[in-house]
Amino acid sequence: MAPKTQPAGDGSGLVEMAWDPITRIVGSLGIHTKIDFKQKRVAECYSTSSVFRGYSVFMRGKDPRDAHFITSRICGICGDNHATCSVYAQNMAYGVKPPPLGDWIINLGESAEYMFDHNIFQENLVGVDYCEKMVRETNPGVLELAERTPAPHAGEHGYKTIADIMRSLNPIEGEFYREALQVSRYTREMFCLMEGRHVHPSTLYPGGVGTIGSVQLFTDYMTRLMRYVEFMKRVVPLHDDLFDFFYEALPGYEEVGRRRVLLGCWGALNDPEHCDYTYANMTDWGRKMFVTPGVVVDGKLVTTDLTEINLGIRILLGSSYYDDWQGQEQFVTHDPLGNPVDPRHPWNQHTIPAPQKRNFDDKYSWVMSPRWFDGKDHLALDTGGGPIARLWATALAGLVDVGYVQATGHSVVINLPRTMTKPETRFEWKIPKWSNALERNRARTYFQAYSAAIALHCAEKGLAEVRAGRTQTWEKFEVPDEAVGVGFTEAVRGVLSHHMVIRDGKIANYHPYPPTPWNASTRDTYGTPGPYEDAVQNTPIFEENTPENFKGIDIMRAVRSFDPCLPCGVHMYVGGGKTVKTMHVPTGLSGLGG
Amino acid sequence: MVQETPAPAEDPPIHILWINAGLSCDGDSVSLTAAMQPSIEEIVTGALPGLPKIAVHWPLIDFECGPVGGADTFIEWFFKGERGEIDPFVLVVEGSIPNEKIKPEGYWCGFGDNPETGQPITTSEWIDRLAPKALAVVAIGTCATYGGIHAMEGNPTGAMGLPDYLGWDWTSKAGIPIVCVPGCPIQPDNFSETLTYLLYQAAGSAPMIPLDDKLRPTWLFGQTVHEGCDRAGYYEQGQFAKTYDSPKCLVKLGCWGPVVKCNVPKRGWMAGIGGCPNVGGICIACTMPGFPDKFMPFMDEPPGAKLSSKASGAYGAVVRRLRSVTGHTVDQEPKWRHTGEKLTTGYRPPW
Repeated sequence: MAPKTQPAGDGSGLVEMAWDPITRIVGSLGIHTKIDFKQKRVAECYSTSSVFRGYSVFMRGKDPRDAHFITSRICGICGDNHATCSVYAQNMAYGVKPPPLGDWIINLGESAEYMFDHNIFQENLVGVDYCEKMVRETNPGVLELAERTPAPHAGEHGYKTIADIMRSLNPIEGEFYREALQVSRYTREMFCLMEGRHVHPSTLYPGGVGTIGSVQLFTDYMTRLMRYVEFMKRVVPLHDDLFDFFYEALPGYEEVGRRRVLLGCWGALNDPEHCDYTYANMTDWGRKMFVTPGVVVDGKLVTTDLTEINLGIRILLGSSYYDDWQGQEQFVTHDPLGNPVDPRHPWNQHTIPAPQKRNFDDKYSWVMSPRWFDGKDHLALDTGGGPIARLWATALAGLVDVGYVQATGHSVVINLPRTMTKPETRFEWKIPKWSNALERNRARTYFQAYSAAIALHCAEKGLAEVRAGRTQTWEKFEVPDEAVGVGFTEAVRGVLSHHMVIRDGKIANYHPYPPTPWNASTRDTYGTPGPYEDAVQNTPIFEENTPENFKGIDIMRAVRSFDPCLPCGVHMYVGGGKTVKTMHVPTGLSGLGG
Repeated sequence: MVQETPAPAEDPPIHILWINAGLSCDGDSVSLTAAMQPSIEEIVTGALPGLPKIAVHWPLIDFECGPVGGADTFIEWFFKGERGEIDPFVLVVEGSIPNEKIKPEGYWCGFGDNPETGQPITTSEWIDRLAPKALAVVAIGTCATYGGIHAMEGNPTGAMGLPDYLGWDWTSKAGIPIVCVPGCPIQPDNFSETLTYLLYQAAGSAPMIPLDDKLRPTWLFGQTVHEGCDRAGYYEQGQFAKTYDSPKCLVKLGCWGPVVKCNVPKRGWMAGIGGCPNVGGICIACTMPGFPDKFMPFMDEPPGAKLSSKASGAYGAVVRRLRSVTGHTVDQEPKWRHTGEKLTTGYRPPW
């Protein structure tokens, strides 16, 4: 049963608060809330983004082969996901299938991206919300309990108490915080081995890659991968201990950032033995991906069919700074299989920016409202930051079975081989009871192990190609005069689609939909709030501070659990118009220098 | 060993105010976390001798997360900078600067809110407020330096680089020109090294940072990609890749390396690993003021390359033949390396 959103009432006793820009995320996002300190809950939340760049506008008329180079620049932490997705869409439009080694190399690059990105976000960005310094300043009682609580998996990760784990996450000073920064570097080295450079790849092309497939390439990757596998044998139990403790220390914490289970996953990491990049066979090869595509509603897997997923995508407006394109030219009336395509589908979207003042009762964001139409409702799907949706869909579908990873229908089993100092290890991610902040974070750690395990499989397959002498990594193609293409993948933060229309050999329409527009979307034409708005509105407040010293840590944990990819802002006035002005002594990166 | 102290201990720290809310992707912020020469944690903790004490206000990894006007507000540092309460500070700008004057209302990009109106404060307004008070202004990434991808032909925002906005001959109150570190994203160590240089300069231990006419650090951007590319040998021998997975020179497949100022092939992307044309990725000239428009379509051969590769193709064939003759010779060992009763090295044994 989904929790219900309460109206803000007449506004008496509510405090307006704004966080802008929200730190320790990527990009520009704003959250505007009304908080009920009497009931200790967030009554209302608005998500707003304050940056517009206009990719879909300036890409029109350009050479389609430029698309992956350009769209990579959409995001500075997952740009390679865009480049990959664009290359997938181009492969479809040009009718080219890369040599198998080319696909294995992309899979290894993208796996390294997951390993890098989730690690740096989990330990160096979101981890700070759970570090000793933060807990001391927001819930001193919880820290006291953490000091007295032995960590159940101390034997695996080496930290005696929960407070020791928290201390290790303190910015810069924490030992584990610093180690994670180093891990974020060698995982990026792995990425660069396969895709040239981070975050905007240099060696990705439609038709394959420019990477030279050699024994050395795989040796250099594998040695780093095995270090990461060993690292994850410590990190999974470490985070299990930390997150389990919060349930125990703060009964009811499962409600923080909780929303109805409405998860989308567009699938990731193609199997070259099945994937031919044709639209006609997309349903079949989509199900062979190493992360299964799917839509999960209230715990049920609605579909694993990429064609159905594609046709269900709708872009709604309502609260964003754009003019509607209703009645404008439709680029694609039917998909290549003859199915009708909706005018509100990305293939038919026109982006018409209409800059205006921000008004929370009307238009208040540069983000649109992507929804998934199931034939009845326009569902505000979220990705939960990516991992929770990926694991949930993959677990239920039960299709992935590569030894290192097995989907069981109710869980995902990850088998990590022996490493230098640790034995074979088996992790099982079980479908959680809730779609909430802690479970999004827990899933992130498990998905790091998942990525490492899939990378082992892809590395073995890729090396087998090299040893057999099949070292071609790129295939020639021609750009057609008229074509459509779609790419589906999972960016780090979740669903990613690129829809392209080619006319006269040039880009006629191009609309990328990354995960954050889904998660950070605004109230749509039907008044349905976006996922952050919805999840924050259901968030109870556990922080021990008074309104004057209030940090909003529970709200920040709710928002950051989605791994936002834009700057975030929320306004603060104390009821009655009095503005709070208390400032704390700065911490974190300030004042640590010698 | 007495260590030279950069400045008296009671000196205030140098603050770094980082605005990532230009038209950006945060890729330069993220890239900086990959730097190892030096790393961010080494800069922040003053792990190099003589570095001044600093306080960084960087959205990507800042501890502070309090609400506006309340406890631990990140944005408050920027208001302090404007009010002159933190001095000195270095302003780092990430992302292109849109033109906010071309529309009747609203904003292309904002950073924090105006407490009077509740509307976002535009990024260009922040630059107007803070640049005159800054010790130095640093543009990180090709967007902030020259406009970059978001300033592409057909863009709706009128985006430009920081020198276009402030003026190319603008100097800070300390007489320092805008420091431009281009790259899409920046090569991690290129930026951390430039930042470190500026901190040494602020501490009085380094002279004025040497910049070229496009405001780039000369020691990083003085050479072309091609001059540092390990595939240049193939170019000289007239051997050009016909497919993207070939180990040969990529100039006929879209590489602009011969005319682009960038050190990536020479320096590697990180820890000497990765890069662009040296590892099979055509140079799309992402560090240049003319990027991207003057280099598109990226996968077409640069017009200038047609002529020079013809020339290199002609003499390169001769060079290659001569080298293969020599190569065959040097692939053989000298004849005195053998078994048997007889020494033939030229040494006369006294026994």
